[in-house]
Amino acid sequence: MTTVTLAGIPVEVDAEGFLVHEEQWNEQIAQEIARENGIDELTDRHWQVINFMRNTFLETGSAPSIRSLGKTSGVPIKELYELFPKGPAKLAAKIGGIPKPRGCI
Amino acid sequence: MSDTIEKVSIIVSKGSLEGIYPGLIMANGARMEGIEANVFFTFFGLDAINKAKHDHVKVATVGNPGLHLATWAGGVPGISALVTRQLAGEMERLDIPPIPEFVEMISDSGAGLYACKASVDLFKLEKDDFIPQVQDIITVGEFYGLAGGGQIIFT
Repeated sequence: MTTVTLAGIPVEVDAEGFLVHEEQWNEQIAQEIARENGIDELTDRHWQVINFMRNTFLETGSAPSIRSLGKTSGVPIKELYELFPKGPAKLAAKIGGIPKPRGCI
Repeated sequence: MSDTIEKVSIIVSKGSLEGIYPGLIMANGARMEGIEANVFFTFFGLDAINKAKHDHVKVATVGNPGLHLATWAGGVPGISALVTRQLAGEMERLDIPPIPEFVEMISDSGAGLYACKASVDLFKLEKDDFIPQVQDIITVGEFYGLAGGGQIIFT
């Protein structure tokens, strides 16, 4: 566990850079994590995925699978990978300030 | 050499449900991690991308000691379908898609799907027998060409 400064706020992150306390998250932090991970500009489509991930996590306690992300987020699988080439579920979770999804699917 | 995996080429060589899923899960999992992935279907593994067969793949109940089923029972008519149905239900509960949907999902994730030429010739199949997501029918040599710079996983 390390403390880093994101968007001017000190936040705790794990070894892979995921926020430890989701309540420390805000949209400026999201932008900064996105930039660090090769996404210069978060579009509305990115936000649709990030918000879906975050809301699902906050409601159910676990992040959605890539399958349900493709089916119910309103963004199909192909586009998910265009938006987040380095792994949609993983990256959207990271930018959304929630833990890394643990599922295999 | 880097200690992270950047690219994998996965060979699916078996046509049973338990023979096909591991390779698909590995391929999908690779893409989820941002790892480049190719899937090469050979021999009975071709059933996973065969339009007429990919929705009818079954668990092998004969010669499968992992099921802990008496050998004679494994051969009872309908047992394979029954065990397959049970397993499919469990998989759905875990959000693991059926094979046709899974293969399409993997293709949509940007992985390349290829059929093995020797097996295609052996089974007298053509490009039209396969789902449209299959990019090409390729030789072993071409497969090695595609796999360059990455890891090869045989299942």
